[in-house]
Amino acid sequence: MGNIISVQHLTKKYKEVIAVNDVSFDVEEGEIFGFLGPNGAGKSTTIKMLTTLLLPTSGELRLAGTDVIKDQAQARKVFGIVFQDPSLDGDLTAYENLQLHAVLYKLDKKKTVQRTEELLRLVELWDRKDSLVKTFSGGMKRRLEIARGLLHHPKILFLDEPTLGLDAQTRNLLWNYIERLNKEEGMTIFFTTHYLGEAEAVADRIAIIDHGRMVAFGTGEELKTQTGKENLEKAYLELTGTAVRDETISSADNRRDLMRRVIANR
Amino acid sequence: MNAIYILWLRQMKKYRRSGLRMVLSIVQPLVYFLALGYGFNYIFEKAGHGSYIQFIVPGVIAQTILFTSIFWGANIIFDKQFGFLKETLVAPVSRTTVMLGGSLGGATIAVIQGVALFLIALVFGFHPYSWPALMGTVVFMTMLAFAMVSFSSAIGAVVNDMPSFMAVTNFLVVPLFFLSGSMFPLDNIPGVMKVIAAVNPLSYAVDAMRSTLINQSHFGLMTDFLVMTGTMIALTIFSILRFRRIEA
Repeated sequence: MGNIISVQHLTKKYKEVIAVNDVSFDVEEGEIFGFLGPNGAGKSTTIKMLTTLLLPTSGELRLAGTDVIKDQAQARKVFGIVFQDPSLDGDLTAYENLQLHAVLYKLDKKKTVQRTEELLRLVELWDRKDSLVKTFSGGMKRRLEIARGLLHHPKILFLDEPTLGLDAQTRNLLWNYIERLNKEEGMTIFFTTHYLGEAEAVADRIAIIDHGRMVAFGTGEELKTQTGKENLEKAYLELTGTAVRDETISSADNRRDLMRRVIANR
Repeated sequence: MNAIYILWLRQMKKYRRSGLRMVLSIVQPLVYFLALGYGFNYIFEKAGHGSYIQFIVPGVIAQTILFTSIFWGANIIFDKQFGFLKETLVAPVSRTTVMLGGSLGGATIAVIQGVALFLIALVFGFHPYSWPALMGTVVFMTMLAFAMVSFSSAIGAVVNDMPSFMAVTNFLVVPLFFLSGSMFPLDNIPGVMKVIAAVNPLSYAVDAMRSTLINQSHFGLMTDFLVMTGTMIALTIFSILRFRRIEA
């Protein structure tokens, strides 16, 4: 199967910082792709550029063959996204939020009714479907947000830290559902997470970025072999710890310099 | 269901659920109507202009609509801050649709407020010169509401925080309102004020409403219509262009 997401030399510069620096990678159709990195690494900025919310400074982006920068309208037809931060309307009910989404994504009425019930039951909000969202707790909002993202079954689904703040049971339930969508409908899943065990368990391939640059790319196994670590968490720390290691080298260099000077002075 | 319709419906639901705010927003123009209407009625009549209460009603209807619609963009700021705007920005609908759906909602609300004020004015003895001409009044109310809601949405699209938004709109709303002839006739004012009133689109809206409600006109109904149409189209296009540029 071909590449459904193609990112070439993607760069986003702000006045003082380079959020994303010459990042390139491809995601294959039907893949579950984990996009990992520490806070501030450039994950969300990359997702925003892929989902037409931000224009890149330079580089090329393609979703299902469509140039995301040149043809935003077409690109928006192929993906769905669950944002990292809230994007619900608190003055509408849970049901109304989903209904609005279904209309925006032109989902037919029968599927809307059927999937709305299925998803609201999945995230255990069916009995609260007519409550205003502003009365929900943080976890309930998060679950509703995910249910909404899963409503219209896009070709590519972006999930930006979807399981943040959810308990283990709900996380498990959601990943089972998402994996089923991936298998049954061939939906490509692109997700970020800070739970490395989660990434190791579900991702076919993983990219790790840090300070706006890609530091590793491959299957979980490959990353573990590359770093010689027994699990992804340790491999990840090894890889994203490069900055720390650089500092260690330079201080070691300093120490050597000092030693040399001390020796020379003798 | 259509995307513009569901975005309009969203605003209607939010309006209906806003409770007391619906009522409160009509208080300010009502005070203008009652205080100024009764306060200046005697002097106005003495000067040979007829009833000031009759005269001021089109002005306060225009005011109600102006004040409701020029602050509409605050909703765009809220949608940015609460994140809902992103939901519409990544959806496979054009930015034009997003802008139009919201603005039609805002315009509908502003017109409802304007009509409410008209009904209250009837209770206080206002009588339109012709009932069929009220159709025309509603058309002009809608045009004014849509033009100002679009304009305000454009400001909301550009600005990212509430203090800046309030600063910009407050800066605009007072001169727009007071230099429009909503409170006084434009016939016998100094030349500078006449020029200012002539470049203020609100003057034409007020004039059109006065024309259709009490059959008094300064510019002529055709001029009012053309200026309002032009203003509405220009501001709508401006707003759509600003919406296309929103990044999140």
